[in-house]
Amino acid sequence: MDSALIPRGVKRCPLWQFILFICVVGAVLLWGVYAMLLCWIKGLNQTNMNDYYGFAIWIWADLTVIAVGGGAFFSGLLRYIFGKDELKSIINYAVLIGFICYSSALLVLAYDIGQPLRGWFIFWHANVHSMLTEVAFCLSCYFGVLTIEFIPLILENRQIDRVPFFHHLSHNMHEIMGVFAATGVFLSFFHQGSLGGVAGVLFGRPFAYREGLFIWPWTFFLFTWSAAACGPCFTLLITKITEAVTRKKLVKDDAVELLAKISGWMILTYIIAKTIDTWWWLTVTAPSMGQTLMDFYSNNPLYGIWFLILEIVICGFVPAAILITKKGRKNSVALWIAVILAVVGVCINRWAMVLQVMAVPVMSFDYWAMYFPSWQEIATTILPVAYGIILVGLAHRYLPVFPDESELNPIETLPAEEEEAVEPSVDLEQELKPAEA
Amino acid sequence: MKHKKAKKYGMVIDLDKCTGCGSCMVACMAENNVPFRKDESNKLLSITWLRVYKLTNGKPFPNTDICYLPRPCMHCEGQHEGHPPCVSVCPAVATDYNSETGIVSQVYTRCFGCRYCMASCPYKARYFNWWDPVWPDGMEKYLSPNVSPRMRGVVEKCSFCFHRYQLAKEKAFMEGRRELKEDEYQTACTQACPAGAITFGDLNNPNHAVYRMVKPDPKHHGRPTNPNAFRLLERLGTNPKVYYLSSREWVRRAGDNYLENEAKIKKTVHQG
Repeated sequence: MDSALIPRGVKRCPLWQFILFICVVGAVLLWGVYAMLLCWIKGLNQTNMNDYYGFAIWIWADLTVIAVGGGAFFSGLLRYIFGKDELKSIINYAVLIGFICYSSALLVLAYDIGQPLRGWFIFWHANVHSMLTEVAFCLSCYFGVLTIEFIPLILENRQIDRVPFFHHLSHNMHEIMGVFAATGVFLSFFHQGSLGGVAGVLFGRPFAYREGLFIWPWTFFLFTWSAAACGPCFTLLITKITEAVTRKKLVKDDAVELLAKISGWMILTYIIAKTIDTWWWLTVTAPSMGQTLMDFYSNNPLYGIWFLILEIVICGFVPAAILITKKGRKNSVALWIAVILAVVGVCINRWAMVLQVMAVPVMSFDYWAMYFPSWQEIATTILPVAYGIILVGLAHRYLPVFPDESELNPIETLPAEEEEAVEPSVDLEQELKPAEA
Repeated sequence: MKHKKAKKYGMVIDLDKCTGCGSCMVACMAENNVPFRKDESNKLLSITWLRVYKLTNGKPFPNTDICYLPRPCMHCEGQHEGHPPCVSVCPAVATDYNSETGIVSQVYTRCFGCRYCMASCPYKARYFNWWDPVWPDGMEKYLSPNVSPRMRGVVEKCSFCFHRYQLAKEKAFMEGRRELKEDEYQTACTQACPAGAITFGDLNNPNHAVYRMVKPDPKHHGRPTNPNAFRLLERLGTNPKVYYLSSREWVRRAGDNYLENEAKIKKTVHQG
């Protein structure tokens, strides 16, 4: 029924199956929307946050989706600035994932504030000294850039592309995409960094505080670096999941391998820098504030030293070691493990820099604060995931997200069907000539 | 006209005198229209601008000792004047450092509830309005007309009863004076303390009791020179304007974090 909208040369599941899929995910989305409305109408008392835990799962989700969405800017940098043409096979998907991640981040921010109707104050009454202000500005601008990067893909839909204006607009936007990619890299560097700065500047919180360069704490650079390193792994992970769900190969091996290789080296350099930062923090910074390693990792039911080891060794050095070797990248299972570990690693890092910061007591007579999110917080955190799945589903069905899909999955058609499947090529201008009376 | 040195209002709390009666907390709530709920059993959701902590020396009987420590907002000065942990992080300039008085204020109508200031405060002195305030029937008539009640979704904290400063200034102006006398501006908790444990005044004025009690060292951001005086988390570099007095070593030591076997406070190496 919707075959006219589906890109040429690719096969999609029957419409009923697709609608059923959208309905199931849509139900989860509606559950999230209901919880979101509760938070907006009744306030943040719907959450399990409290005065010790002012920052909680939403801020973690925010930082995490932005980190894993970093695959968009870094892939854009490699494809358009460094000219890595192999990535043509995956760049559209990287942009789509980035768009989903950043729109989700903005949505989460919208219900994370106590007075949502005053959200615009952050722009109007901006405090230029606040890392959060920089995050808000750069995040919004970069979302604009991602939208611009996403538009040509929408315009490539079979029916939209038939309109000459959209066809040429899409073509011309592709031509200048390098400019937007460069702008995206510039903006990403700052907002990814500022998100790191959000925690790093907290000089009243020894667990989060880091020295740095001029006004930027080391976490500023580490956050940008980790997003550039682990973001592409998230792109690869979602690509692999999409391939598993659709039971098709969608991206060429050379694109996956190149991205995995670059990501591997980025993770390795990042995790070395992170180790040095952690060492300095634990031997110089924290002791100067009267605290030691075990003050941060004991006397509580959750945060043991295992948490630090899991982040740095298991989810840092291990995926880096796999991805920098050709053997590791060629082995499908090893590649799966590596990208999962890298994504988990960046998630844990963001968790530590938000939730553990809140949990650790600072005053000697204070206590560890533990927190578990309410169902409303869980539902609103799952909401962007459901939204992302729906958008991926729609984009995959109706847009040429994977340019090499038809080549990788040639359709064998019967002679009778062939005539129907392959439409005769017509001159675009001629076909769209205005009707004459 | 001779330039007058700016004020630096601060508080000295004598922990040897504090009995933990909680009068200061009650006075603070009544004075500042601090909202409360029917069920206040979850203290992590209670708004207590001034909270009294109970400290123990951790020793078994008969050597057990306890101390009650009232904790208002510290009105930190920061490493450079006007740079407390909370002010620079607020994205909308909803919290401000008044360089005329040294008081850290909260602009309720500007705050949009991001709670970054709460995350930045090591003293947990900032509170979020998780609910809209609901007063028991008739109680709204007893609210202070000088302090605006706060709405749901914004952060609030101790203001050193700033409205009292404004009223005192107005009175002095009407009487043709520019300077306030020491007793003209006092916080509600100071006046309510039956043991006289809380003293309030200008830390820049050698004639004020607070100055004489702690003898702040201006070369070290007001660090007390009285050996019995200390500030909470001194080595973080927040430079609070609330000082504590105690003759007990374990109480003074509880005011900060120390490495194992560390004898005394080393010079802070904080760079912020």
